[in-house]
Parts: sequence; C-alpha cells; structure tokens
Amino acid sequence: MDTTTILKAAGVSKFFPGVKALSKVNFTLRRGEIHALMGENGAGKSTLIKVMTGVQKPNEGTILFNDKRISPKTPQEAQNIGISTVYQEINLCPNISVAENIFIGRLPKKNGKIDWNTMNEQAKQILERLHIQIDVSRLVSSYSIAIQQMIAIARAVDMSSGVLILDEPTSSLDSREVQELFKIMRKLKNEGMAIIFVSHFLKQVFEISDRMTVLRNGLLVGEYKTSELTQTQLVAKMVGGTSVTSEELPNKRRKPRVMEGQTFLKTNGLEKHGSIEAFDLAIRTGEVIGIAGLLGSGRTEMAKLIFGIDQADQGNITIDNNMMTLMYPRKAIKNGIAFCPEDRKVEGVVEDLTIRENIVLALQAKRGYFSYMPLKKQCQLAQKYIDLLKIKTPSMEQKIGNLSGGNQQKVILARWLTTNPKLLILDEPTRGIDIGAKGEIRRIILSLAAEGMTILLISSELEELVRCCDRVVILRDRSLIGQLEGDGITETKIMKLIGEGGVKAANEDIG
Amino acid sequence: MKTLVKRFAQSKMFWPLIALICIIIINLILIPGFFDIKIYNGHLFGSPIDILNRMTPLLIISLGMTLVIAKEGIDISVGSVLAISATTAATLIQSHSIFIALLAAIGVGVLCGIWNGVLVAYIGVNPMVGTLILMTVGRGIAQLISNGQIITVHSKAYHFIGAGYLLGFPFSVFVAVVCFILLYFLMRKTAMGLFLEAVGGNQTSSRFAGINVKKIMFIVYVVSGICAAIAGILISSNVNSADANNAGLWIELDAILAVVIGGTSMSGGRFYLGGTVVAALFIQTITTTIYTMGIPPETVMVAKAVIVIIVCLLQSNAFREMFMRKKAVEV
Repeated sequence: MDTTTILKAAGVSKFFPGVKALSKVNFTLRRGEIHALMGENGAGKSTLIKVMTGVQKPNEGTILFNDKRISPKTPQEAQNIGISTVYQEINLCPNISVAENIFIGRLPKKNGKIDWNTMNEQAKQILERLHIQIDVSRLVSSYSIAIQQMIAIARAVDMSSGVLILDEPTSSLDSREVQELFKIMRKLKNEGMAIIFVSHFLKQVFEISDRMTVLRNGLLVGEYKTSELTQTQLVAKMVGGTSVTSEELPNKRRKPRVMEGQTFLKTNGLEKHGSIEAFDLAIRTGEVIGIAGLLGSGRTEMAKLIFGIDQADQGNITIDNNMMTLMYPRKAIKNGIAFCPEDRKVEGVVEDLTIRENIVLALQAKRGYFSYMPLKKQCQLAQKYIDLLKIKTPSMEQKIGNLSGGNQQKVILARWLTTNPKLLILDEPTRGIDIGAKGEIRRIILSLAAEGMTILLISSELEELVRCCDRVVILRDRSLIGQLEGDGITETKIMKLIGEGGVKAANEDIG
Repeated sequence: MKTLVKRFAQSKMFWPLIALICIIIINLILIPGFFDIKIYNGHLFGSPIDILNRMTPLLIISLGMTLVIAKEGIDISVGSVLAISATTAATLIQSHSIFIALLAAIGVGVLCGIWNGVLVAYIGVNPMVGTLILMTVGRGIAQLISNGQIITVHSKAYHFIGAGYLLGFPFSVFVAVVCFILLYFLMRKTAMGLFLEAVGGNQTSSRFAGINVKKIMFIVYVVSGICAAIAGILISSNVNSADANNAGLWIELDAILAVVIGGTSMSGGRFYLGGTVVAALFIQTITTTIYTMGIPPETVMVAKAVIVIIVCLLQSNAFREMFMRKKAVEV
C-alpha cells in the first residue's frame, strides 16, 4: 500500500432486510485529493459513508485509517479518529452563537468556567482560515444557509485530522457560493486534506474532483481519474445496464415556440417589501416560461406571490381578465394555478399520509369540506397517476415517506395534475433527485407542455431552462431585469444577464 | 386469517384493547360479583353499567381532545369549560326552561372554543399557553356565575340526562354514542379528517396544497369546547348540582391520557377516535377497580400512575423492540 492512502475500505458489505445495500465494495482515499463518490439514489453512496463514519456497522469487510484497522461505532468515534462529516442537512444549533457551535462539546475552559474570549478568538481564526469573516458572537440563525454551511464545514475541518466528507454540500447554494466553497476545498486539498465529495451536479463534480468512485446497486463499478472520463461516460457507468442514451435523457433541446396565444395571467406591479420588487409579468396560454436567477434573487418569492402563499403589499393579478388583489392558495387553485414547491420535504409531502392521500389532497382542498371524494374515486385517481407518471411503489397505501426523492416529487406532481391546472408552477422540480428520475421528470414536463399546459419553470440549472423554455425571464437582487425569447435563450446569455444585469445588457446581448 | 391477526396486532387499537381485557380479567378474579348485572325496574344495574355511565363525560371530552391533539395542539382548558357550562346550565334551569339552559350551556362551550381557537389559530399563541389562560380564568368565571355557591338542581328533566335510563341503559351512554357518531361522520365522511391529518402531519405542505390551516385549527378548538360543555351538562345533571371548583377537576389530564393511550401521537397527524373510546373505557375501569378493591384514596393516584406507565411502555415500539431483542439473545 502506498503511503499516500489515508482511508481505505476493503470488501465492505452491508445488508438490510431484503436489500444488499453494499456488497464487497472497495474504496481508497488518498491524501490531498478530492474524491467524488458517484451513483444514483440507492446506489449505496450514503451507506458507504455511514459505514465509514460509524453510523452503521458493516456486515463484512474492513476499514483502514492510516493502515490501522478501525471500527467506529458512533459518528463521535469516527470524529475522534479523524473523519469529519458535513451532512446535507446542516447540523448546527440555530439558537446559539457561531463560536459556541464551532466549539460545542469541547468548550475551552479556564478555572472551570467557559473562557468566552478564547473561544470567540479561536472561532474567528478557524473561520478566517476559510476566508470567512463574520461576527462569531451572533446567533447561527442570523446567517444565510450558505454561511451556515460554511460554518459547519469550518467546524468539521477544525476537528478533522485528515479526512473530510461533504455530503451534497452544494444543493442549497447558488453558483457564486458554490465557487466560494470550491475555493475553500482546493485550499484544504493543497494543505493535504483528503476530501470525499458527494453531489448530484455532474458539472460540479467534473470541476472540482481529481478522482471518482462510481457505485451502482450496491456494487463497485470502478475508480477513475476525472480527467480521463467524459460526462457521458460517467452517466453510462452510473446508470449502467438500463443504458440511457443522450436522447432518453432529454439532452436535445426542444425547439422554442413563439407563442401568440392569449394572456392567461398578468401581474401588475405585484410587490412584497423585502422579498420582491414590483414586477409585471404576462404569461401567455400554452407557453413554457422559465425564471432564472441566483438563489435569493426572488424566484421563489415571485411564485409564492402568484400562488398566494405570501400576500402582496401592492399590485394585482389578472387571470382570464378577472382582476384580483387578494390571492390565497385555494383561490389560486380554483383559478387553475398549481404550484410544486421547491422544498419537497417541508412544503410538499405530508410524510405521515399515504401516497393516495397525498395525491388527492389539493383536489380535495379545491372541492372543499363537504364534497368528499369517495374512497373508490380516490383510488382510481391515485392509480391513474401512479401509472401515468410511473411512480414506483408496491401500493398506493404506502406512506409517502418510504419513497425515494424522485418518486416523492412525482407524487407531488400528481397531486397538482389531479386539479387539472391551466398554469403549472414548478419550483426546482429536479433538485436533489437522481439522474434517472431527473430525466423522467423533464420528459413529463415536456409532454405536458406539448399537450398545451402553461408552465412556469424555476430552476438553478440553466441547461434545464434552455432545454425546456419558450421564454426565460431573469431576476437579480429581487427584481425582474430582463427576458430572453426563442433562439436567444442560451446558457451564456442567461449567465451574462444574471451577472451583469440590466435591460441594457440584455439588449446589447440580443442585438 | 394469520395476516388478519397480524394486521390487528399492528393496529393502534391493539394495545389499549389488550390493556382493557387484562384489567377486566383482573376484576373477574379479584372482585367477585364484579360482572353481576341485575335488572331492577327495567334498568340495568352493576359495576360494568356504572363504569359506562361514569365514563361518558371523560369519553366525550377525550373525543374532542383527540382532534385537538391530531392538530399538534392541546386544550387544557376543558375542565374549566366543563365547570362554566355546568354552572350556566344549573343557574339558568332555576328560572328558565330546560331547552334554554341546555342551549346556553352549549353556547358557552362554543364561546370558550372560539376564544381558544382565536388565540391559538389566528393570533398564534402557543396552544399550551393559550388554553392555560382559560383553564385558570374559567373556574373564576364559573364561580362568578354560581356566586361561589354549589348550585343544587331540582329539575327532574335535567336530572334525566345524566342519571336517567333509556331502554335499560343509562341515558348518558346514548349521548356519548351520538357524539361519537357525529364526530366520526364529520371526520370520515367529509374531508375534515383528511385535512386535519394533513395539517397535523405537515402544516406548511398542507397550506401549499390549498388547505386553510387556520380554519382547521379554529374548528378543532370549537369542537373541543362543545364536547367539554356537553360533559359539563352530564356531570352536573348526574349529581343534581354544579360545583364551580370541583366539577371536572383534572379531567383534562385523563383526557390527554386517553388520547395518547388510544394511539394518537402528541406530535399530531393520524388520529384514532375508536382507540380513544377504548382508552377512556380503560381509564374509567381502572379508577372504578381501584375504588372497589378498597385501595386507600391517598394511593389511588399512584396505582393509576403505575398502570398507565405500563400501558405506555407496552405501546412504545422502542420498548417492545428492546424487550424482544433481549429475548432473542437469550434463545
């Protein structure tokens, strides 16, 4: 074994009742490299991480850290050995200060009392090492998600001696923040830290990683140097047998249409202070309109105002020539609007309820209390959409919490399709789901559009917007700054508009 | 057949039912004549009938509480609402007809429910704190209504509601059955139950799906208020008097217990009206058993606590798993 290896898993297997989550997987992590762990949902990425960090015990195989055999029983033990993990969900206590969070469980003490000065000073230094300059005595909750993520990483880095595991660290960051994170990761790498990076974003993986290990269905596919692999090759290795060609993954751009239909919805100076500036947006019947912008640019806020989750301070909405100033969800639904929210877990699914109940929820809300759908009708509806959207489940009476992310998203989509919407708002419909499901959901979107449904698509993935939309409006710093139409929609133009902003830049670009 | 048994064993009704059966068997062995039911004057008499009769106020309140807890809330004011309704009815019946007295009693229940509902749903007060207000103030209001006296009721018609018999059974049992059927209908034959479980499971998602979350919250508190008022009528008519200080004292705790034993989680979501009924029956049976066995009143609470702890542990999956794993290791 070469001396650069710091962490090694050899022949590791993990069985759950009825499932082989991992079988005889080998994995090698070297000092000073960023190693991406790739695979679809359920490929065994998280299980491998859990086994290495002591969350779960492997059924067979060994784990070596610096050539010594280890078998951590808790994450705490793994931490003490030198393996730090930052999970997708941020594990900080929002109600205490940044410094306290960094030193939680190991507060510096002087004469038996907590030494606040030393703690704050050291916390500041730890963060400065990652070029983060914030007030460490403020509460964690007063900082944005991105900063919180950085704090969590800083804490992990400080406690680690050699290995840092980042599980989907970029899923809640916008592209600028991702670059910040990458800068930090490269710095750590140059200092000799070994980093395991898990992400669904192929582009990011290719940008940052040196090497990748691909898993599929609990089996090792192989270890590759990033420079020797193309994106298409990687995708082929991840999805394997069910080989997805580029045509099946809707890579091909759809021909944008110029819509001349009637205006379905029009906003007039709609505004909510502190969340989005007044905007005028006209959505024509049958078009697919995209909203582009960085995280926090007001994309979601715009959709929430249209759907009535948040109430506008000013302005009004006109739907089918009816002007309305007050909007609330049920009214929006009755006017033919549907809204698939961004945060599936918090705003979408009701985990306790079954798939059937989750599907009928919005339609029942539209119908009101007293025209309760009989069970038979509910079952018919649920079955119809389970078949139509190919939701993978043994039964519609399963709790929705048991489904994978992609299938949960399909259930939410089904929930809205039952209401027969005229306008479907999709907020990040493919975030955090695996490649296979991503492709499927994009296909569903496109076929809905082809059937004539009006769609408002919000997405951080520019290629998704370019592929699907007839028109893209661009938001920056909470205001609508421009739009691109037809063949003018390209990734570079969108990025330029987001970056430079202003209608002028847009015109120059188009003209 | 086997799957049917297995499915029943996994249902929320299973453990409370087992507990109830156990306590009945204990009674069968320890207390001779516990199950003797005599027919006297066309009425059924005996301990089981007595238990049924006595449990009705608790049951009705527990039904309302089930809905409140399904929405991740809690209503600790039910005992005080019960006292207000009891004193209102008892005071009014002195000078007015029984219908006005009953209507007024239920009316104050609605008012109390509206008060709680507005505080919790529309103003956003924490449910424990919000209903604590009425819990403390309520007994004071009841005292004001009754002038600090225990009011004695002389109306025979009123007495019939809590102590009369119909078709051999106590009339109050019919009241409870009607309450159960009404609530069951409201919850399972309208969309209310689905909405309530959705809101209790995930409030934000429910709002995004177009459900009026605040309205649901408001409705459950009003229902809980009405249930408490009906219980107040039953209690005061049973003993022919209304005591502002002691009527339904601590009944909210028994009610919460009944809901939890019945399988509804304190963190909201799925609720089980049937489970609540079994659990209320169980709690009342324990109380009666303890009294019948001659356990000194000072220790009644302790005995009850021990039994309740055992039932709660049996119900907990974590505990059962612990126990079963141990057994597996021994084998």
